[in-house]
Amino acid sequence: MADYPTSLPIEEPRTLFKAPLSMPSPGASGVTGFWRTMKPVINEDKCIKCILCWLYCPEDTIIRRDDDSVYVDYEYCKGCGICADVCPVNAIEMVREVV
Amino acid sequence: MMAVRLKELPRRRYGQPGNAACPGCPETMGLRYLKMALGDDAVLVVPASCISVIQGIYPRSGINFPILNTVFAAAASTAAGMSAGFRLRGMDNVKVVVYAGDGGTADIGLQAISGAAERNDDILYICVDNEAYMNTGIQRSSATPYGAWTTTTVTGKTEQKKNVPLILISHGVPYVATASVGYPLDFIEKVRKASQIKGFKYIHLLAPCPIGWRFDPSLTAKMAQLAVKTGFFPLYEYYKGKLTISPPSRPFRDPKRRTPLIEYLKLQGRYRHILNDPNALKRIEEYIDEQWRWLNLLESTNGH
Repeated sequence: MADYPTSLPIEEPRTLFKAPLSMPSPGASGVTGFWRTMKPVINEDKCIKCILCWLYCPEDTIIRRDDDSVYVDYEYCKGCGICADVCPVNAIEMVREVV
Repeated sequence: MMAVRLKELPRRRYGQPGNAACPGCPETMGLRYLKMALGDDAVLVVPASCISVIQGIYPRSGINFPILNTVFAAAASTAAGMSAGFRLRGMDNVKVVVYAGDGGTADIGLQAISGAAERNDDILYICVDNEAYMNTGIQRSSATPYGAWTTTTVTGKTEQKKNVPLILISHGVPYVATASVGYPLDFIEKVRKASQIKGFKYIHLLAPCPIGWRFDPSLTAKMAQLAVKTGFFPLYEYYKGKLTISPPSRPFRDPKRRTPLIEYLKLQGRYRHILNDPNALKRIEEYIDEQWRWLNLLESTNGH
């Protein structure tokens, strides 16, 4: 009877070519700020630092400072307006984008 | 399990700006909360869905996760094999997460998810329910609710929504929950709790799609909250044989405290044709009542 090993060592697969792997990086579909027709403008005086806009932003383009005040990354903001909708004190206003 | 607090969430930029998602997309919201909950130790398995589009094209990816794209019918079984592979190599800290749409869960992927649930494979399955095949152009799925317009049900769907969480509960899996992108802290808490459990975990995440539901992109979060406030989409979790209604949904067990259903329907263009039809509205009300009757029944049998 042949002497089979009970467990096979697992080897790293040898690849003959560099596998085409996509790596996560910002702007995978271009500078999406160009999609915007309305842009959010934050009124810093009204802001109560509740960071609800930061929480609900689908794109993560509302950026939180250390003291929890926020600003907008206009390069990638798509202008959906969720931040203005969830703001409890209406400190974010959607204004028409002027190119 | 500690409740999640807003100010204690990680500050790191976990989303991936500049992806191909539509403005106001609930799926990227869900992905960001998933990353906040699990950190870097998660691997995503994605069947054909909007997520495959949001990724974008080689050489850059628009999603902040390692992703394996798989076929529609095999998301849960792919993840089951992957999870077994990680265990064999001693990488116990890696969590395998399936992030599939409602088509890939309730219609095409149902046999795979049922098989994985029966084998109790160690995966977390998240169904992002936007209630139709939004990626291919708003065709009806079995998770589309009664009366909703889609491109294949132009006069409104005539059947009720399939209740996938209850199907999974009857499989006897350790953890089943429903969540909504309108209540991110609740969702993050459920994902964190599920990731500590060994075995098959299922979370049904409601994701209102502005394109397919025909509402303004700024209302995504509000719509996800209204679905809970009207009682249309109750949030609950089922753990160790016990069903508990989640805190955001608790006040709405009482029909009198619910927001009137019409407030939810009138904001969505897909219900425009039934707003003046009392019979159709009554059928949706009946669907809500029936869901709550099931939940109350399941809750009353806790501990027996």
